[in-house]
Amino acid sequence: MAKQPAAVIGIGQTHHRAKREDVSMAGLCREAMDRALEDAGLTLDEIDAIVVGKAPDLFEGVMMPELFLAEALGAAGKPLLRVHTAGSVGGSTAIVASSLVQAGVHKKVLTVAYEKQSESNAMWALSVPIPFNMPVHAGAGGYFAPHVRSYIRRSGAPNHIGAIVAAKDRNNALKNPYAHLHNKGTTVESVMASQMLWDPIRYDETCPSSDGACALVIASEDVAASSPNPAWIHGTVMRSEATSGAERDQVNPQASRDAAAVLWKQAGITNPIDEIDMAEIYVPFSWFEPMWLESLGFAEPGEGWKLTESGATALDGRIPVNCSGGVLSSNPIGASGMLRFGEAALQVRGQAGEHQVDGARRALGHAYGGGSQFFAMWVVGSEKPSS
Amino acid sequence: MARTLSAPVTVAFDYTRSTGPVLGRFLTGLRDGVVVGARTSSGTVVVPPPEYDPVTHQQTTDFVEVSPAGTVTSWSWVPEPVKGQPLDRPFAFALVTLDGADAPLLHAVDVASPEEMSTGMRVQVRWADERVGHITDIACFEPAAERDAVATEQPRSGDMPADADVDPVTGIITPVELDYVYAASPEESAFYRGLAEGRIVGQRCPACHKVYVPPRSACPSDGQPTSEEVELSHEGTVTTFCVVNVPFMGQKITPPYVSAYVLLDGADIAFLHLILDIPADQVRMGMRVKAVWKPEDEWGTTIENISHFSPTGDPDADYETYKNHL
Repeated sequence: MAKQPAAVIGIGQTHHRAKREDVSMAGLCREAMDRALEDAGLTLDEIDAIVVGKAPDLFEGVMMPELFLAEALGAAGKPLLRVHTAGSVGGSTAIVASSLVQAGVHKKVLTVAYEKQSESNAMWALSVPIPFNMPVHAGAGGYFAPHVRSYIRRSGAPNHIGAIVAAKDRNNALKNPYAHLHNKGTTVESVMASQMLWDPIRYDETCPSSDGACALVIASEDVAASSPNPAWIHGTVMRSEATSGAERDQVNPQASRDAAAVLWKQAGITNPIDEIDMAEIYVPFSWFEPMWLESLGFAEPGEGWKLTESGATALDGRIPVNCSGGVLSSNPIGASGMLRFGEAALQVRGQAGEHQVDGARRALGHAYGGGSQFFAMWVVGSEKPSS
Repeated sequence: MARTLSAPVTVAFDYTRSTGPVLGRFLTGLRDGVVVGARTSSGTVVVPPPEYDPVTHQQTTDFVEVSPAGTVTSWSWVPEPVKGQPLDRPFAFALVTLDGADAPLLHAVDVASPEEMSTGMRVQVRWADERVGHITDIACFEPAAERDAVATEQPRSGDMPADADVDPVTGIITPVELDYVYAASPEESAFYRGLAEGRIVGQRCPACHKVYVPPRSACPSDGQPTSEEVELSHEGTVTTFCVVNVPFMGQKITPPYVSAYVLLDGADIAFLHLILDIPADQVRMGMRVKAVWKPEDEWGTTIENISHFSPTGDPDADYETYKNHL
């Protein structure tokens, strides 16, 4: 039996900040949830099921937080699922929620993803030394920096491409009132002048550490019929791979390429750069924009940086990327993937405000996690999918 | 000799919790020496107050001061307390319904033996000597006389001590400590034991013939168990690397340092190690390096027997020889 049509009819997010000391974890989630419900014109009582996602439990030191959150999230008497796929979790959580609707199990599913990074220190949490092993690990930046170097070597990209991405995303964030960083006057030069943290990754080419949450209401075709502007789900895909296979491609992972191929096929897209109007791509370190542009098929291998350099990924470019400011401007890790998915939906609903891409009709939401190990992607559109 | 090596690990962090306004109100009360609950939409008084109403889902706002005395509704004896529990001697965990509340609070009761505990017994709060706005401000409960004047007083709404609004508790610190034993797999253990003899031993997958170092229990690509041991060269090639300039909590090596993937000659996968004896800005992809071992009397069963990798001085490896390892 084919999937049943499903659409995003409500989107909510918090104002992302370094520290949201005014709210608890439950309060952070509810801030996003209540906004999504208001947007959808629904109450919690009308929701059939809740799907919650967040990144590793060590970030807040609360094991299985869905247990204590259940009542505050309004899940009493309803199915409550918790999803975890490291940094991609916000995306995979949205996909699990949408699959409950597409499978015909539920008609109105609320999904929420969050992180309260200020409760601990992600760098510490990702670098706990393992006995007998060499203690050279240095957080996510330390993990990804060598692979960024590999990309630069492989593609022959000039050194300032990462800075172009960072300056673009930070300026886009100025148009997004929810973004964590509002760094006015960021330029390619100022990014290049910022401190080298994990050479070749500079301070300004790195995502912040944020507290925040994002929530979506995903509804069946009949429920969505009464929504003024549903964002229809045209395709969803998740793929995983082993982190440690010999000769594994760390720059352009097989799971990423496979996921993209399946996604475009589901959405009936043959030439992504012409058929996708904007993309929200998980770019926690600036160089991942050209890397994922290639992996997703927006550019040929080795050519992604040229797209970035040409300005094609700017808000007014051929394929605008991360108009919200992206992960580089707001990074509540567990929510970061859902923010990509939600921002893509905002765009095709025409609700992205100052960072709206004119006439966006189909958009990509993308997330990855682990050591480029988990991938989650969706395509949303303003029109109901034809098949 | 045990088949596998193991070692203790402690993961510990002092987490900072934002309480939000509702739990903050409860903790502010404890600091000020009063127990604060909340009235839900169905009229019941719950302690501690739930952040959101179970029926309306609205944030809780109707705070109620309840009595510090109450009745045990159920209990369990703890004959051997462990670290971090409320008391360091045998005690009872009990559900205590405070006078004025409709739902019980879980806490400890300080009595000498289980014979002194009973359902229905009267208990009262024993406050900590110093109150800071934490659940441990209630040191424990202790047996109390029959209902006294305080205990029969009706709960009061909207009648809170003035300083609750002036200096509310908004956060707490929650130290979390997890002690466990890390066990290496048999294959990794063989690798670490080899290192204790000055050897680097990988394993070859019988299906794809790739040589893994450190060896995995099964080939990550095709799932085949690996068993054939392969002794590897102590020289190899830097495939890629980063220069870590950033200090962080728990860091073992003082930055700046070069964290590099080293592909040993004869291996099919690179592993991370440290590069020294060359300025960080002169380390290159393709640079040939050799293992520098610590003095033998410092060796253990660890990759740290290799202090670092050092340039051999040989010409750099061709990009073609390692491009499939990026």
